[in-house]
Amino acid sequence: MELHQRTAHELGDLLANKELSSAELTASVLARVAEVEEQVSSYITLTPELAMEQARAVDQARADGKELGPLAGIPMGIKDNMSTTGTQTTCASSILKGYKPVYDATVVSRLRDAGGVFIGKTNLDEFAFGSSTENSAFGASKNPWDTERVPGGSSGGSAACVAAGEAVIAVGSDTGGSIRQPASLCGVVGVKPTYGRVSRYGLVAFASSLDQIGPLARDVKDAAIMMNAICGPDEMDNTCLPNSVPDMAADLTGDISGMKIGIVKELTSEGLEAGVEESFNNAVKVFEDAGAVCEVVSLPSVKYSLPVYYLIASSEASSNLSRFDAVRYGVRAEKYENILEMYTNSRGEGFGAETKRRVMLGTYALSAGYYDAYYGKALKVRTLIRRDFDAAFTKYDALISPTSPCVAFKMGEKTEDPLQMYLSDVCTVPANLAGLPAVSLPCGLSEGMPVGLQVIAPALEESRMLKIADAFERRFEGIGVPTVAEGV
Amino acid sequence: MSISRDDVVHVAKLARLGLSEDEIVTFAEQLSAVVGYVDQIAKLDLNDVPPTAHPVELTNVFREDIVKPSLSQAEVLANAPEQEDGAFVVPKIV
Repeated sequence: MELHQRTAHELGDLLANKELSSAELTASVLARVAEVEEQVSSYITLTPELAMEQARAVDQARADGKELGPLAGIPMGIKDNMSTTGTQTTCASSILKGYKPVYDATVVSRLRDAGGVFIGKTNLDEFAFGSSTENSAFGASKNPWDTERVPGGSSGGSAACVAAGEAVIAVGSDTGGSIRQPASLCGVVGVKPTYGRVSRYGLVAFASSLDQIGPLARDVKDAAIMMNAICGPDEMDNTCLPNSVPDMAADLTGDISGMKIGIVKELTSEGLEAGVEESFNNAVKVFEDAGAVCEVVSLPSVKYSLPVYYLIASSEASSNLSRFDAVRYGVRAEKYENILEMYTNSRGEGFGAETKRRVMLGTYALSAGYYDAYYGKALKVRTLIRRDFDAAFTKYDALISPTSPCVAFKMGEKTEDPLQMYLSDVCTVPANLAGLPAVSLPCGLSEGMPVGLQVIAPALEESRMLKIADAFERRFEGIGVPTVAEGV
Repeated sequence: MSISRDDVVHVAKLARLGLSEDEIVTFAEQLSAVVGYVDQIAKLDLNDVPPTAHPVELTNVFREDIVKPSLSQAEVLANAPEQEDGAFVVPKIV
């Protein structure tokens, strides 16, 4: 197997045993980028010089006998909505073209300290608004399994780079499924941690009560290793939880006999593509064969998740994006007569269509006369959704569903109809509204495209969730490698 | 629920968002569809349900009030579209 297809933990062992240097590994990943990036477009900004410098520093530290963690020397992609000192951070928006942060996001500084090798900043839907990565001001990313299809979104670049071998592992952000849905569509593992597990400091805010950073990886163990590196309290983010973090890779034993797993009725009973349904039903059998008890459970309020999500997320986004005033940073319009025109022209020219739609929807939902009917109501239904999950977790250790009702769709198929695009998040938004951890992992192929299985766990139970995901992965034959790998 | 052209113009003004004539027409149509969809929750009777603004109930997160290194003036101004004498430059406001 080529170096660029191997997992971080396998490569980490080779590095630790000095059978491989990080400089060699990084050079091979950069060669792979040169080979396939034109087809896949995973990255907005590539940082090959920084990567080689970081790789050599890790090799030197190892030669000096320093103690290094499992991510030391591993090439990784970072979603371009996380602040990286001195490296352009655009959020895939024209308004931030050329913006170079003067500080690191907490996650970025933790990955630097862990010896991570930064290949580049990955593509996304502008400000993470989208489910296909087509809303990027720098052009769409493509799905490595079929480059005429979308990689999902918004962390489409982070999913595509891991699937295509352009990075060994990546970080993305998930507000309504933006890690899990592209992970599902690209056939990789994606984790949204419990809200507050990972610091949001330096993550350009979309919806502050929903956003979480998490890993996209080749297998569950790699995702657990990345979780270990990025989770934990941070005094720079007051919403970051004070709870200590267990070693999330420690309990991946494969033993889930006796566990009770609930199949979420509202996410499985209608609207699934036949191939997705088939793969999901096979996954249920795998869990049963492993000794788990699977039962259908109804969470009645979950059916309102999408309207609640789009109201809350857009409302928070409209407020968060008011910071783009073209005064302290961002591209300022060339023509304006007064301060008001400077704002409206800079934002009108700098924001893309989907960003404008979200800001408009959020501003509308928060405006006088509509606040109680829309935003206020959405917050109340959010309570009902949380209560449904609380009740289900008194009976079940975890809940499962498909991650996406469909496999990757064709480029352009949903761009003209925003509501159809929004409906593709139906299975992923409930976990964000309830603040719960959730993981997507490959569970089959349909039309030659990956299908994802979602496991949702109670708050702070990431270890249990990853144990269940790993138990499935051990018993599943896998989905092979994407077609972009076959042509070379 | 239908969003009119006037609604779009009003909301765009609140959001300080410059829209072209084409965008105004398109958004009136697309936002009507989205608002029509989210309207299903506006009809629910939820008088006894408290709102959830945040999934984690943390209140009053305190830390010691200690002076720490922060960004320099040059760093703060580094990405400003226009600056002069250590200040951000904006059009005349008053």
